[in-house]
Amino acid sequence: MTDMTSSVQSTFVRPAQARRDIGIKKRYAAERRFKAYGLIAILIGLFFLFVLLWTVVSKGYTAFQQTAITLPIEFSEKIIDPKNERGANPAKLMTANYPLLVRDALVKALGIDPANKPLVKQATDMVSASARTQLRDLVVANPAIIGTTATVSLLAEGNIDSANKGQIDLTVAEANRKVKDQQIEWMKTLSETGAMAKQFNTGLFTYGASSRPEASGIGVAALGSLYMMLIVLVLALPIGVAASIYLEEFAPKNRLTDLIEVNINNLAAVPSIVYGLLGLSIFINFAGMPRSAAVVGGLVLTLMTLPTIIIATRAALKAVPPSIRSAALGLGASKMQTIFHHVLPLAMPGVLTGTIIGLAHALGETAPLLLIGMVAFVVDYPGSPMDPSTALPVQIYMWANEAERAFVERTSGAIMILLIFLVVMNLGAILLRRRFERRW
Amino acid sequence: MSTSLILLIILIVGLAAYFAGRARAMASSKGKLSALHSLPGYHGVYVAIWAVLPAAFVLAVWLLASPFFIENSVRSALPDTVKSQGAATTELMLGQVMQVANGLKRLSSDELAAVTSGSSNLREALAAKGVPMANAGEPYMVEAAQHYNSLRDGSRWVMSLVVLIIAIAGAVFAIRGISAPFRARNRVERVMLGTLLVASSIAILTTVGIVGSMLSEAIRFFQSVSPSAFFFGTVWDPRFSAAGSGGTEGQFGLLPLLAGTLYIALVAMLFAVPVGLFAAIYMAEYAKPVVRGIAKPLLEILAGIPTIVYGFFALVTVGPFLRDISAQLNGLVTGNYVNFIQAQSVLTAGLVMGIMLIPFVSSLSDDIITQVPRSLRDGSLGLGATRSETIKRVILPAALPGIVGALLLTASRAVGETMIVVLAAGVAARMQLNPFEAMTTVTVKIVNQLTGDLEFNSPQTLVAFALGITLFAITLCLNIYALYIVRKYREQYE
Repeated sequence: MTDMTSSVQSTFVRPAQARRDIGIKKRYAAERRFKAYGLIAILIGLFFLFVLLWTVVSKGYTAFQQTAITLPIEFSEKIIDPKNERGANPAKLMTANYPLLVRDALVKALGIDPANKPLVKQATDMVSASARTQLRDLVVANPAIIGTTATVSLLAEGNIDSANKGQIDLTVAEANRKVKDQQIEWMKTLSETGAMAKQFNTGLFTYGASSRPEASGIGVAALGSLYMMLIVLVLALPIGVAASIYLEEFAPKNRLTDLIEVNINNLAAVPSIVYGLLGLSIFINFAGMPRSAAVVGGLVLTLMTLPTIIIATRAALKAVPPSIRSAALGLGASKMQTIFHHVLPLAMPGVLTGTIIGLAHALGETAPLLLIGMVAFVVDYPGSPMDPSTALPVQIYMWANEAERAFVERTSGAIMILLIFLVVMNLGAILLRRRFERRW
Repeated sequence: MSTSLILLIILIVGLAAYFAGRARAMASSKGKLSALHSLPGYHGVYVAIWAVLPAAFVLAVWLLASPFFIENSVRSALPDTVKSQGAATTELMLGQVMQVANGLKRLSSDELAAVTSGSSNLREALAAKGVPMANAGEPYMVEAAQHYNSLRDGSRWVMSLVVLIIAIAGAVFAIRGISAPFRARNRVERVMLGTLLVASSIAILTTVGIVGSMLSEAIRFFQSVSPSAFFFGTVWDPRFSAAGSGGTEGQFGLLPLLAGTLYIALVAMLFAVPVGLFAAIYMAEYAKPVVRGIAKPLLEILAGIPTIVYGFFALVTVGPFLRDISAQLNGLVTGNYVNFIQAQSVLTAGLVMGIMLIPFVSSLSDDIITQVPRSLRDGSLGLGATRSETIKRVILPAALPGIVGALLLTASRAVGETMIVVLAAGVAARMQLNPFEAMTTVTVKIVNQLTGDLEFNSPQTLVAFALGITLFAITLCLNIYALYIVRKYREQYE
């Protein structure tokens, strides 16, 4: 008893005020530090997001422009068809010496001595080698053009394009750079006369793979991606919804259902490259499907997207309140009718949101496609999903491995296009959720 | 008739059957629809199912089985001189016969007659139609090829006929069964339930397929390379025999790849875990709703960016930046401007992968922290603890199992990540501890071994499946354990 009073007295006597002050200051400082760590962490995350996007955009926005050289080309009969055989053998037009037309036009436009071979070579190097096919296609499409002079807009060679966009460091010694001083001079003259100008790069959206940056584009790859997305949508959505309905509404709660559930959750976290191995071994090696075909890619991506869709659909089905089911059953609907007429329509916004997010994920996926041979140099548009094709992210991967400056630009440009697709899809998912989501 | 045409015909029969069944049900109700047990539409669907399903089933079985029987027949018809040369030659010749058969179909009747009478060269005739042949071909081949073609055409006709008969017979059978009290709805719903069951078994089949396919290829690999040499080997040197290495098999040591994988994942986690965790704590406990509403989706953008973009970012920005800054630092300290960080290094890959993982850590932990019951928070704050003390001493310990689960899931993602390491980590397989040097990972080697031309029987190719099954096993353990923890934790607070 006396002990107690004395201890009470002693605490009472002690100058408690001062001690608490010191503690609180320290603790508040710790509080502020802790809060600052959190803020710094978020800022670090946002900083890297910004740097990443800035890198892509700053390197890539120039890809949407392409330097073109507009020249009056004389479709001289002497060069294209010197022996006048095109009537008998139209194939002659395919093999004519079209680069010579470009050379003559350039020599005339720049006022070079045609006998000076090195100089002429430097001049013709400024025009993309794709000019040959461009002129050939013009002549084959319209043979009447032979003998006339027409103004044709030719693509500039990749390095000239880079130089025109100011991406090549001109302070480097001439021997160490791809664009020579003489060519810079000519570029200035051509720009002044208006023959050389930057224009919107439609080729980026329409061309296929090419070893020349100025003639390569994402058109073919985008079509391959489109095929695959259609296959994923057509297969994964119905199968995913059907599987979720069974698991959520019909499956008896037992060990097997439990196993399926764990299995689906695990499949959602399996590395994507494993799906590529699965596709290679089962679809290509066992079932004998063609390599590099969009159909195999679509099937692999379907299997990869299914768990995402199933998880989203199950959540959406779970969110529909039991009262809806009871009401429908009470009015005499069968269980199937209850689900397909009442529960599923109410869950549809959630299902579609999950599907779009799954599709967006599949659109950006690269690794499994590398294994099933979609790293292919595909120049022509695939006519069907069974034809060799490539995909947008795979095209980005292939360009990323190219050293030329003009390819870095195109890689970034293609990434921008891919990101725009993804943003649109995700925004669509968000809007869908906002518009149709119901709070019960 | 082509397969798609047959399918189309089946579907048309099915559609007709639907309307016939409906009409029959309406008729049998004698104008009083309520006399029907099921709605007329269900009767229609019931008839359509009878028309389509058995026919489609027979079609599928026929398509799968008939090549087998036809090949057998052609094989037994090959001359004895070929058959006596062993199974491998017979298969080779059979393949050639099919090639010829394929080519003969493209010839016109005149050309065909010339080829069969031997007056024109088979090889040239086929080459003109775009069918290349390895050798000149022998007379018996044309005969066998024609035999093959006639069997195939015959099989096709019989199949079309049988399938069509089955479709119509099914429809007729079903229509005859329709009457007013017939329980069509129950039958249709049973078929629907079966379809749902089949769909949900695809998830299981995928796992079985992954394990089965990789295991069978991996076992073929282990027939040429011993498992101990693979799992405990310290040298990775899979010489491609085509490179003129004199047929040496090369060494397939897993350890350097595993070391690189784990090292890069560790660096990534060291970066992502503190940043992600602190971001999650701030957003769950401190941030105002407005800040949270902006910062959370922005951070989650990082999770939506394809990994190939991160790989490109590492390749053109982070790698060169680290290399240059290390050269500057080295220059300031020693006066010798030589970079000590390679552009492709463990650090580059780990850092960029860490950026990718931030949103995984933060959103998973955010969910878990917000699940901690309000009462724990209020109790601690009410006793006078500051917010940070509450977080450190009450919330984090309560959320710890869930957070550990989230981190394991993140680690599994880091181990299985491919595109970042393909572009940023390098291809040199070595075991070392310097994070500034290049190392390689399991996923990089899977990609390396399987891109380009491959033959499916060399250990150089098959090793990818052994690597794949190793990767699958590692991530499976991580995932299952993490899912178990997260699930248990969720139950604890629900």
